[in-house]
Amino acid sequence: MSLKLLEITAHQLKEKLLSREIQATFLTKKLFEWIKEIEPNIQSYISLNEDEALEKAKEIDRKIENGEKIGLLAGVPIAVKDNICTKNIHTTCASKILKNFIPPYDAYVVKRLKEEDAIIIGKTNLDEFAMGSSTENSGYKITRNPWDTERVPGGSSGGSSAAVAAGLAYMALGSDTGGSVRQPAALCGIVGLKPTYGRVSRYGLVAFGSSLDQIGTLTKDVRDAAVLLQVIAGKDSYDSTSVQIPVPDYINGIDASIQGVKIGIPQEYFTNGINTDVLDSVKNALKVYERLGAKIVDISLPHTEYAVAVYYIVANAEASSNLARYDGVKYGYRTNDVRGIIDMYSRTRSEGFGNEVKRRIMLGNYALSSGYYDAYYLKASKVRNLIKNDFDAAFEKVDCIVCPTSPVPAFKIGERANNPLEMYLSDICTIPANLAGIPGISIPCGFSKEGLPIGMQILTRHFEEKKLLQIAYAFERETDFHLKKPVLKGSIA
Amino acid sequence: MEYEVVIGLETHAELATVTKLFCGCSTKFGAEPNTQVCPVCLGMPGVLPVMNKKAFEYALKAAVALSCEINNFTNFDRKSYYYPDLPKNYQISQNYHNLGINGYMDIIVNGSVKKIHIHNVHLEEEAGKLIHSEDSGANYSLVDFNRAGVPLLEIVSSPDMRNVNEVDSYMQTLRKILLYTEISDCKMQEGSLRFEASISLRKKGSDKLGNRVEIKNLNSMKSVIKAIEYEAARQSELLDGGKAIDRETRLWDEVNGKSARMRSKEEAQDYRYFPEPDLLPVLIDEKWLSTIKSSIPELPLEKKQRYIESFKLSDYDAGVLTEEKVLINLFEECVKIMDRPKAFCNWITNDLLREVKDKKLDINDLKIKPKQLASLVEIIEKGTISSTIAKEVFSEMIQTGKEPQKIIEEKGMAQISDEGLIESVVDKVIANNPNVIEDYKKGKKNALAFLVGQVMKETKGKANPKIVNELLSKKIVDIN
Ligand SMILES: [Zn+2]
Repeated sequence: MSLKLLEITAHQLKEKLLSREIQATFLTKKLFEWIKEIEPNIQSYISLNEDEALEKAKEIDRKIENGEKIGLLAGVPIAVKDNICTKNIHTTCASKILKNFIPPYDAYVVKRLKEEDAIIIGKTNLDEFAMGSSTENSGYKITRNPWDTERVPGGSSGGSSAAVAAGLAYMALGSDTGGSVRQPAALCGIVGLKPTYGRVSRYGLVAFGSSLDQIGTLTKDVRDAAVLLQVIAGKDSYDSTSVQIPVPDYINGIDASIQGVKIGIPQEYFTNGINTDVLDSVKNALKVYERLGAKIVDISLPHTEYAVAVYYIVANAEASSNLARYDGVKYGYRTNDVRGIIDMYSRTRSEGFGNEVKRRIMLGNYALSSGYYDAYYLKASKVRNLIKNDFDAAFEKVDCIVCPTSPVPAFKIGERANNPLEMYLSDICTIPANLAGIPGISIPCGFSKEGLPIGMQILTRHFEEKKLLQIAYAFERETDFHLKKPVLKGSIA
Repeated sequence: MEYEVVIGLETHAELATVTKLFCGCSTKFGAEPNTQVCPVCLGMPGVLPVMNKKAFEYALKAAVALSCEINNFTNFDRKSYYYPDLPKNYQISQNYHNLGINGYMDIIVNGSVKKIHIHNVHLEEEAGKLIHSEDSGANYSLVDFNRAGVPLLEIVSSPDMRNVNEVDSYMQTLRKILLYTEISDCKMQEGSLRFEASISLRKKGSDKLGNRVEIKNLNSMKSVIKAIEYEAARQSELLDGGKAIDRETRLWDEVNGKSARMRSKEEAQDYRYFPEPDLLPVLIDEKWLSTIKSSIPELPLEKKQRYIESFKLSDYDAGVLTEEKVLINLFEECVKIMDRPKAFCNWITNDLLREVKDKKLDINDLKIKPKQLASLVEIIEKGTISSTIAKEVFSEMIQTGKEPQKIIEEKGMAQISDEGLIESVVDKVIANNPNVIEDYKKGKKNALAFLVGQVMKETKGKANPKIVNELLSKKIVDIN
């Protein structure tokens, strides 16, 4: 297998499968060989699904052979973040407390992947329960950035991002509560899309911050993001917060002209805290847009400075409640030699959860406590509305907003691990979109002096993913940042 | 000292939906443990609740029936506490935007009406059930989640009740409302209707409320009454002894007829309520509300009043009749067929209820149809059978659902009105009882009754008593 085959995108791969240039079985076998060789250096997977993947590959080959109808993702090897439930496959959330948990059901998105004939390769690493921005908080392993294995891939969908960047999967699903899809995509030099809250069913996504969580895509290019979104978007009767708005065709028309599109530049995102390489790359990208006929408009999102504070109150409050169910009674880890129910609860939870998770549960419970609720949770909800209003007002003037995805390129493993506040600022550019529920995408837009990828974030109004993808695609077509690949040592390649 | 007892009740009623509140699992009672469960009601990682519209409408119906103010915006909240029977360790309930507030219910005590205010009505999910091993050495408990997620209506009264008679009337009236509106089956033995009481005492004439004590674990209406009586006495004794009442929650012990502290105010739980992000707020528009309003049937007090006035029933009979939905339906259908309210009322309140009690029948499982009871009354009026025989026929009707005519035919119960036939029996009885005839002639009037009894015995009770009497009187006179 040539390296080229590993580097092509999912939609290119599907063409090769359809034209019978290669077979899904051959591809899947080769991919697992590649994984065995490269994965020890990257550590992107928590579990692999080799047997089932090969079974599925055979089924696809047979379907293509017989000229049967095949799905949109037929034969495409895809990775799934390990906080998305997969029937009969371990789903750990990178937590010891769910080490032995095997869901009896598929998440809505997994069901859709299967219906569209995707091949599920394995479950990827994350910060425990998606709480983190570096994938260092995993209860199992630290995932490394394929561009520099001394550095983090970002997080919490670090496993999914690293896997796609290293060619260990053609595409991947992640989840984004405060930037967990877009930020690692930026740090790994790939495309990360967080759809509108309500566009994709959360059924089967293990909840972290329920009013913020959204399943997103990690892909090699924008077109693949469109294809994967096409598969997972839509109303699901098992998720009351998923919305009954028709899903447009994201793929056809993705190459529409962006002549006359108004791009808003929020001054609050271009400040001192942002790394200069990042600022330069994004500013250069704006020049590309101007050349394509877009208009650059300065805007203001005045409540941006409160976003991180609001986020850590709302997300932690919801998390403290969502994680209450891990008590050793029904599934997952239970401590030994129990002396009564209180002892079982407290030891199960203190042994099963990692430090970051415990910190957030305590903060969340505090914010909801009687006497503090009004000052914290209620106040945060009100400020959240102001942040939403900022976006509404901005979108009166512009079609989209462009800003950096992450204030810095990939940082060193351990660099921020002992400073939670600094770590929390990793998501400063991505959090507001979750608070407002609007869609956002991160696409490659440059490299730092050290050769690390830099991502640019584009945001649009609720349910305007089609426009978002068009604007992203217009840039990608004009540039080749997305085509650069990390150098990986492997004998197959 | 003389105290006034101030009582409020919290009522939980399981709603009579086919499926649970947030998933499609069955709510049927009595299944094998953990056979009516799914990822959603087990609180598995990743699951989400989806509102059962029927359950919401039932709750709305209750709020309307209890004259509540209905907000057009209502929302659900998470109530957090740890207990093994609560799968998510939070209960989806309502706190900030209850479905109904500021309602009331009229009750009747000693013939006069009293208004009891309803603080709020809200919808929430039921918990599972702990099963403690019978083996005393066991160091574990089991959990059955079949009830987890069953829709539960909570009705919180204001502390408007002052004695156990009012409490009793409140419970009875509320139960009837829930039955009439078909919101709940109110089976206390299955736990689908439960009460918790809060009690405080204050000096007669004072308008300041005393410290409140909550009583849980009340398994029947009787235990509610007993627990309140016990608590009022306990508090009164403490106050008389110059001691203060602690704000606390106590558990009622039915076997020993006492309560004991479960937790003090200091140990009270902080439920950390916050809006449930997985459910959308429910907006209730005028159209929906008016559909609900029009679905509310005649409620207990109005119905009882109507029975007394239009059917001339006694207060007592009207009360018994309006106790159970099945009785009401049977009575009202019968009256539609035939205008004999008094007769139907007697059959239902006397014979039917006695049969149910004696034979331990399930009142909701009686086979008798209104048409059949009506034809029974008609048959009696025609004189086809005697009232004694009719009771026998009725007993079989409610158990088998057979037509009365058919039972009478099958068993040959029809009254004998053939004078020739009766005459031959009368002659036989006279011939066999010369001594009795003598007695009669001597003036023993009850000798005639004995002879009638003999004729009835010979005819297995089927002879028309009127004809028997006439013939006997005539024949005895003729003997002279
Ligand atoms: Zn269920």
